[in-house]
Amino acid sequence: MSHHPIIQTEHLTFRYTTEEGAAPTVLDEVTLSIESGSFVAVLGHNGSGKSTLAKHMNAILLPSGGKVYVNGLDTTEEAHLLDIRRQVGMVFQNPDNQIVASVVEEDVAFAPENLGIPSAEIRQRVDQALATVGMSDYARHAPHLLSGGQKQRVAIAGVLAMRPRCIVLDEPTAMLDPVGRREVMSTIQALNRDEGITVVLITHHMDEAAQADRLIVMQGGQVAADAHPSQVFQNVDGLRAMGLEVPQPVALMYELRRHGLNVPLDALTVDDCVRALKLLLT
Amino acid sequence: MALKDITLGQFFPGNSPIHRLDPRAKLLAMVIYIIALFLARQFVTYAILLFVLACMIKVSTVRLKALLRGMKPVVFLLVFTAVLNAFYTPGTPLVSFWIFTITYQGLLHAFFMTVRILMLISCTFLLTYTTSPLSLTDGLESLLSPLKKIRVPVHELSMIMSIALRFIPTLIEETDKIMSAQRARGADFDSGHLIQKSKALIPLLVPLFISAFRRADELATAMECRCYHGGEGRTRMNQLHYQPKDGLFITGALTLCVCIGILSWFGL
Amino acid sequence: MNPIIETRQLTHIYSQGTPFEHVALDGVNFSAQPGEYVAIIGRTGSGKSTLIQHLNGLLKPSSGQVLFDGEDIWSTKAYTRAVRFQVGLVFQYPEYQLFEETVYQDISFGPRNMGLDQEEIDRRVRQSARFVGLGDEVLDKSPFDLSGGQKRRVAIAGVIAMEPSVLILDEPTAGLDPAGSAQILENIRTYHQEKGACILLVSHSMEEVAREAERLVVIHRGSIPFSGQPPQVFAHAAELEAMGLGIPAMTQVFARLRDIGISVPPAVYTIQQARDAVLDALKRKGQAEWR
Repeated sequence: MSHHPIIQTEHLTFRYTTEEGAAPTVLDEVTLSIESGSFVAVLGHNGSGKSTLAKHMNAILLPSGGKVYVNGLDTTEEAHLLDIRRQVGMVFQNPDNQIVASVVEEDVAFAPENLGIPSAEIRQRVDQALATVGMSDYARHAPHLLSGGQKQRVAIAGVLAMRPRCIVLDEPTAMLDPVGRREVMSTIQALNRDEGITVVLITHHMDEAAQADRLIVMQGGQVAADAHPSQVFQNVDGLRAMGLEVPQPVALMYELRRHGLNVPLDALTVDDCVRALKLLLT
Repeated sequence: MALKDITLGQFFPGNSPIHRLDPRAKLLAMVIYIIALFLARQFVTYAILLFVLACMIKVSTVRLKALLRGMKPVVFLLVFTAVLNAFYTPGTPLVSFWIFTITYQGLLHAFFMTVRILMLISCTFLLTYTTSPLSLTDGLESLLSPLKKIRVPVHELSMIMSIALRFIPTLIEETDKIMSAQRARGADFDSGHLIQKSKALIPLLVPLFISAFRRADELATAMECRCYHGGEGRTRMNQLHYQPKDGLFITGALTLCVCIGILSWFGL
Repeated sequence: MNPIIETRQLTHIYSQGTPFEHVALDGVNFSAQPGEYVAIIGRTGSGKSTLIQHLNGLLKPSSGQVLFDGEDIWSTKAYTRAVRFQVGLVFQYPEYQLFEETVYQDISFGPRNMGLDQEEIDRRVRQSARFVGLGDEVLDKSPFDLSGGQKRRVAIAGVIAMEPSVLILDEPTAGLDPAGSAQILENIRTYHQEKGACILLVSHSMEEVAREAERLVVIHRGSIPFSGQPPQVFAHAAELEAMGLGIPAMTQVFARLRDIGISVPPAVYTIQQARDAVLDALKRKGQAEWR
């Protein structure tokens, strides 16, 4: 696995320009670099700037100040636009509003068609993308009859067909039920683990954020924390003050520590929690 | 009638010989068939056209029920034109009361008119039911591409059309949902006179428009993310290739049209 | 006590008599007492949306009955309409139905449809805005200028303003961040306590329903496999898992602890209960070691 950054932001500042001129700053001097092949979660309450940050990663928004580089390419340079968008794909919250075609496989073909790829190769890419997200059986189905989780997997396949190096997902599970959420999360994990694709997951589900290798917390347009989830979630009071929560196992450990018990705060999962309690109670 | 019953522009995936034809061949054949329909005058020619249509429906495996369900919205129009035709065609009076006279020619005319409209709708539905909206717009785009030379934005128009078709079911569902939500707050969409009724639509239409704009906005961003930059340099996964069967199909349609023309010439 | 709302052998079949026929509810018997807080849980497509739309007469049963206060809601036209105001229904993503120029006007839509006088409408709009924590300064704003969480609270206020004795909410916290969710749940609790209304909360989040509701009703494939107090329902962990519903993380942890032979109580589903259970177990362990 190579470790050079796929996305870099340098003093990225963004404010919407309104007719009155002055507008609140959404992103304030954000400097980050996302390593190639990593799985990064971005957490923050609504209005913290996390979606705006995501939209800078493939030149949907351009910085008001500072720079964003995708694989070394400056996003403000018009000539790189298609190359940048091909390398960094984006999946959004509402699956209905990102599916273009009335047949699943035709939708997945949309991006490679835009890129001018020869027909035979498009077919190959579409089949492969659908297989990767486990939707091959639905290739000829109408998207509006699929479940939320299935639609979102089609949307992911639509991005995969570009053969991107990185996928940015902006709250992809917010509108899904628990089964749909699980489907999408395991798809994302497989992409990162098996295909080596860099994943940037914007979310406000703590248990999803806990699955990443790195967790960035946004607050007021700035990076408030940036470390491994097990470390970030130890700051329970700090996160709660930002209107966020911690995964349930961590919350229990926190309560127990407040009662003077010596339990580790880095128990992110049910497994970790069981292990810690077993140690305590036997 | 529930909104869900509207089947206009819906596609029923399948693998019949009709499904597998080139969309351009189907489009052309449909146009030729409609011309033939307007050439037809009498029982014999109509019967031939009806027979051909029935065969096509049979081969297409489209259920007759689905076809008939799609006709519901046009029933009013049909009755209206039939009545007008029945009353306003001069000829041998059949029944006469007050200022109205129904003539033999009128009845015949009304009958043929109704049959013609029904057949016209059926053959259009047959096309949309057996052709995915995307390949339909591909076909249109390809057939109309000569117009690009005179600066008609053919690609953009066909893209608009295919997206509109894609969003019809989504917006219908949304309309249902908003209506239920406003009913839950006591909105009444059914009773009252015309002005009250149209006023009652505001709580439905405002959210529907706002939502449509929001969807359009998000879709545009999603398309940009997937490298959409207009029709230039765009390729297709399923390229359209005329095959011998498509040529045969169009030739068949042409032959049918010419035959109908000749038969009509002889007053059949 | 007699139930405030009840269904008897309620069956609903969509597109009956067509190839698309689909049985959404199959002989469902559901009831809720006045002032009760009930959570309805089930997957998308389980029939829960169909059920709640029957409770205020938006859908008509294919067979069976829906009773409000002991009377069939379809008995007379007037009663159906009266029930619609007595059983308030907040749909999923209710912010998408806002349409008026100001927040005040939007909240007053329901009360106006009820035919109340101006003074009463004004009282209700202000009171329901207070219930959802919206200040007077928001009332004259356009609802479209508000944040997502605020919009949703305006929409909920629009239903609360009808002062329903049964308030149904379909996933009121979907898509909100933790702070936004907590606020809405708090608003619902306030309405529940101050008005003594019966609350039916539809939710996907097991943690949420375990914390908020007195009783859980599980819907799966158009019928109710089990219902009862949270401990009784969560005792069916394996079945819930198979239905794609899952159980609260804490319940999972304690089930696993019991599996490995640690003596902890089975009915644990919130953080507080888990904490108390651990502290209790430690105390017992300490006493055992002391002896």
